[in-house]
Amino acid sequence: MFALAVLAAAVRAGTPVLLATLGELFAERSGILNLGVEGMMLVGALAGFVATVQTGNPWLGALAAGAAGGGLSLIHAVLCITLRANQVASGLALTIFGTGLSAALGRKFVGVPASGFPPEPVPGLARIPVLGAVLFQHDPLVYLSYLLVPAAWFALYRTRWGLEVRAVGEHPEAADAAGTSVAGVRYVCVAIGGVLAGLGGAFLSTAYTGMWIENMTAGRGWIAVALVIFATWDPLRAAAGAYLFGGVNALQLNLQAAGARLPVYLLLMTPYVFTILVLVFATRETARKRLGAPAALSVPYTRSG
Amino acid sequence: MIRLERRASPAPWAAGAVPVVAILAGLAAGAGLFALAGVSPLAAYAGLLSDPFGSVFGWSETTVKAIPLILTGLAVLLPARMRLWNIGAEGQLQCGAIAATWVALWTPLGRTAGAVPALLVAGMAAGAVWCLVPAALRAWLAVNETITTLLMNYIAVLLVSFLIYGSWKDPQSLGFPLSPPFPAASRLWVLLPGTRVHAGLLLALAASAAVWLILARTRWGFEIRVIGDNPQAARYAGISLARNIVLTMGLAGALAGLAGAGEASAIAGRLQQGLSPGYGYTGIIVAWLARLNPLGAVLVAFLLGALFLGGDGLQISLGLPIAVVNMLQGLVFFCVLGGEALAGYRLVLGRGRVAAPGPALQEPP
Repeated sequence: MFALAVLAAAVRAGTPVLLATLGELFAERSGILNLGVEGMMLVGALAGFVATVQTGNPWLGALAAGAAGGGLSLIHAVLCITLRANQVASGLALTIFGTGLSAALGRKFVGVPASGFPPEPVPGLARIPVLGAVLFQHDPLVYLSYLLVPAAWFALYRTRWGLEVRAVGEHPEAADAAGTSVAGVRYVCVAIGGVLAGLGGAFLSTAYTGMWIENMTAGRGWIAVALVIFATWDPLRAAAGAYLFGGVNALQLNLQAAGARLPVYLLLMTPYVFTILVLVFATRETARKRLGAPAALSVPYTRSG
Repeated sequence: MIRLERRASPAPWAAGAVPVVAILAGLAAGAGLFALAGVSPLAAYAGLLSDPFGSVFGWSETTVKAIPLILTGLAVLLPARMRLWNIGAEGQLQCGAIAATWVALWTPLGRTAGAVPALLVAGMAAGAVWCLVPAALRAWLAVNETITTLLMNYIAVLLVSFLIYGSWKDPQSLGFPLSPPFPAASRLWVLLPGTRVHAGLLLALAASAAVWLILARTRWGFEIRVIGDNPQAARYAGISLARNIVLTMGLAGALAGLAGAGEASAIAGRLQQGLSPGYGYTGIIVAWLARLNPLGAVLVAFLLGALFLGGDGLQISLGLPIAVVNMLQGLVFFCVLGGEALAGYRLVLGRGRVAAPGPALQEPP
């Protein structure tokens, strides 16, 4: 029973990171590095929470969170795609801004309870032994994230648009010559990143905890950026990475709850230490297998060259 | 119709004008957000400006905030000169504070005349060690230092909590998570009586001059600049990338650690949460606004120090969280990035026809 509980908790803890990772994966595949994930998640968490509290409908909350994350990502898009600003600097600015903005606007909502997404077991599937308890007794956003993984894979590898995204990220000159709008594809991909980061934030505030706390993402946006590297820019591996992270997080939370004789603050460090280790492992793997980043990642595109 | 047209080189007025215009534009954009947060923008800006510049005490407090910002700004800009992003100054600062507290409270040195130098050196060493973890991973395993330096921040902050909620907790703090106070001998000296301006100011100014000297006048600085300008050329010239990564990041961590030791020893007089309201992250903006110039960083640190002081005031008078400062800093940072880019263009009035780039469009010299 303990194992089942931990696995189910791993899925829930992995979901916000999975959403953000998938989004950042699209942005990076198109050649735009966005280090603003943490800021977009926080603003999404707040927007989703506020909309849920005021309308009583968590779906409107999710919509608001996606819109907020997407809107914020457009600042990054304008600066980096249209104005060709430094992508690392712009992403950091976005995180600093989003952290401050969400804290400033959210101060009135600290301690307010929200009735967010309730768990809704999937009819039939929820009764499968083991798998049902682990995968199919969650809330709708978790199921949405299940669907997004194969959808992202299909979009990237099996559609014409996905081909354009990959071409723009690897060789924008060639994509441009072939008639693809480099800026257009990049805008869409950065916006997808923002929407999904916002949704990930909303999952945290409306489904995972049911409250708003300043800085509640606690680095999950950065972990998502790291997991994109671990995933070698592949949606299926992104899911593996996110649930691995979720597993570590769930395990340390369960150890805390079980009253393990380990100091709480040391247990809380484990997700960050784990992410650094994963990054080391992934860097070695990608170097060995020659699975590099998209060739044009973080290089502004200028037509005249 | 108005069009953007690329300039051959950035406009000559850009270097000075962009930061000034960007700061004003960023603050103006903040007005709308204050209104959204339910605070009169007028009251907010009155509060932001009156505290830092309204009195001698205000100026001294601005200086107090500028001290750690100079150091964290240097901790970001030195590695940035060789294209490394140290966004871990916040964690390095926390580690500096931890080490300084250890010297002050748990070693016999803490009550001797040598306490202050010892705790400052310990703080620098701890900051350096904290930064050397990502540096070593970058130098020998090519692990992205942007993400690792940042993740180390979360670990450092948890380490502080671990200590002040645990074995370093003051038994007389009534349950508050605080370390015991530093002994008098471990308090960094106040420079100007009646204010909180401390000797850390001299250290920060000296550090800025030293970093400038290193970059401009030493062989090491030359290597850093070559790597920054052209990593390929540096490799062909036989410059060791790994050695420079480790040395530069080590010094950067030491500078941020010094900031933390100073905050613990001069300002708080103990280890506690909230020792830094984000000085490490603001160091990124200090470095960028100063265009990676160590002397410019001093000026920018004073400007942003004033913003932090104003933010303190808003916290008290309007009940706004100190994070408002981050919001405004983010806006300023956006405006700087946009402004720098726009300085590379000019606005052209005319038909929307695409003009062929060529000598004919260039202004006469």
